[in-house]
Amino acid sequence: MLRPFELSEPTSVAEASELLARHGDAARIYAGGTELILAMKEGLVHYEHLVNVKTIPGLAGVRLDAGTLRLGAATSHRALERDPLVRQHFPAVARMEADVANVRVREVGTLGGNLCFAEPHADPGTLLQVFDATARIEKKGSARTIPLEGLFVGPFETCLEGDELLTEIVVPPLPSRSAAAYLKFGFLERPSVGVAVAVTLDDGHVADARIAVGCVGPVPRRMREAEAELRGKPRTETGAALATAGRIAGRAADAITDLHGSAEYKEHLVGVLLRRAWDQALAAIDGSPRR
Amino acid sequence: MKEIAMTVIVNGDKHDLTVPPHETLIECLRDRLGLLGVKKSCDVQVCGTCTVLLDDRPVSACTVLAFEARGRSVRTIEGLARGDDLHPVQEAFVEHGALQCGFCTPGMIMATVALINENPRPTADEVKHYMRGNICRCTGYKRILEAILDASRRMSGASAGNGR
Repeated sequence: MLRPFELSEPTSVAEASELLARHGDAARIYAGGTELILAMKEGLVHYEHLVNVKTIPGLAGVRLDAGTLRLGAATSHRALERDPLVRQHFPAVARMEADVANVRVREVGTLGGNLCFAEPHADPGTLLQVFDATARIEKKGSARTIPLEGLFVGPFETCLEGDELLTEIVVPPLPSRSAAAYLKFGFLERPSVGVAVAVTLDDGHVADARIAVGCVGPVPRRMREAEAELRGKPRTETGAALATAGRIAGRAADAITDLHGSAEYKEHLVGVLLRRAWDQALAAIDGSPRR
Repeated sequence: MKEIAMTVIVNGDKHDLTVPPHETLIECLRDRLGLLGVKKSCDVQVCGTCTVLLDDRPVSACTVLAFEARGRSVRTIEGLARGDDLHPVQEAFVEHGALQCGFCTPGMIMATVALINENPRPTADEVKHYMRGNICRCTGYKRILEAILDASRRMSGASAGNGR
């Protein structure tokens, strides 16, 4: 049962920021509500004041700006899954979005809400990191842009100050001869392990490899030490490097033992999913017209 | 606490309502409007039993707040049949025996209506993906899948019962 709260419906980011500043810890941003309202119904958290950011014009929507994808924070998962620009230019993002939770959650839940709630068992924060995505954060009178990986501080905790809003997620295109892939595994409602890769090939070699792991530890993160194992390798000779990279990424993910499985089990799955995601990305590069 | 005045179209009828911000859509539909076909089960958007259509898109009435229906249209299981004439999806569920206890059925049917509206001739895999969040604890899913595929055939004008 939900306890009563006040609702504000600002029409600008500045107004929303002011409301958040005025009400402090008693206020929380409300977007899709797919996670916040559940937590409030369970009595895990309570806020006297919710600030509905969906009434801010321009906070939802997809734009492609010189190849860079600009996603309004209030864009729903469903809108991303179905958007023709996302599907055409960032197919791995569209596929990941089509597999978030279930169709009802995707209709209502927003990308920004998903990232800012920072529930560790989530998909978008992991995949978007291999695109070197950035987050635009605004408050009244100022704005800053940070790498997306810097947003996540801990489980359910971001670097946002009390009066700041995530307004846009900016996703640069991958270089030519590149593809990304995201794979997850889980037997509960939420994913237990998520692994993202982005691979760039050049003349039969791995020109760049980006790896991110989510769900298993407190925050989704890039695995740069693991990436270094793969960079520069001939594409046909990555077998041993992938195994090493998988072990490094598994350890670096800070896996925790919980209902989803033991830390050891999750570390093992990171390696398995890394290899499969890698193969999928290579197949996507081979299957796409050479640019 | 400031209440919210809104106009909402429910199953084709216009309602002027005043709701507190914390009222959920399922409370509004069941307790204010008496639409008891909207069922509550898990209450955390996992099971799909409370599925209703908000502007033709499926949502969990258990968690969507009532004020979100402001100026929009809501469709529940009560809005499908015309008198004694069942909706084709309802007919297909009956004919295929795609239910046992029936508690999940209103949500299953509303999700199916949304699916066919979006994708008139889904493949079996597309049906399974779309319906992943609708859980039946008695029958298993074989008859439900058959009913959905049959409903999509009926609604796109193919002869009923093809491939049964």
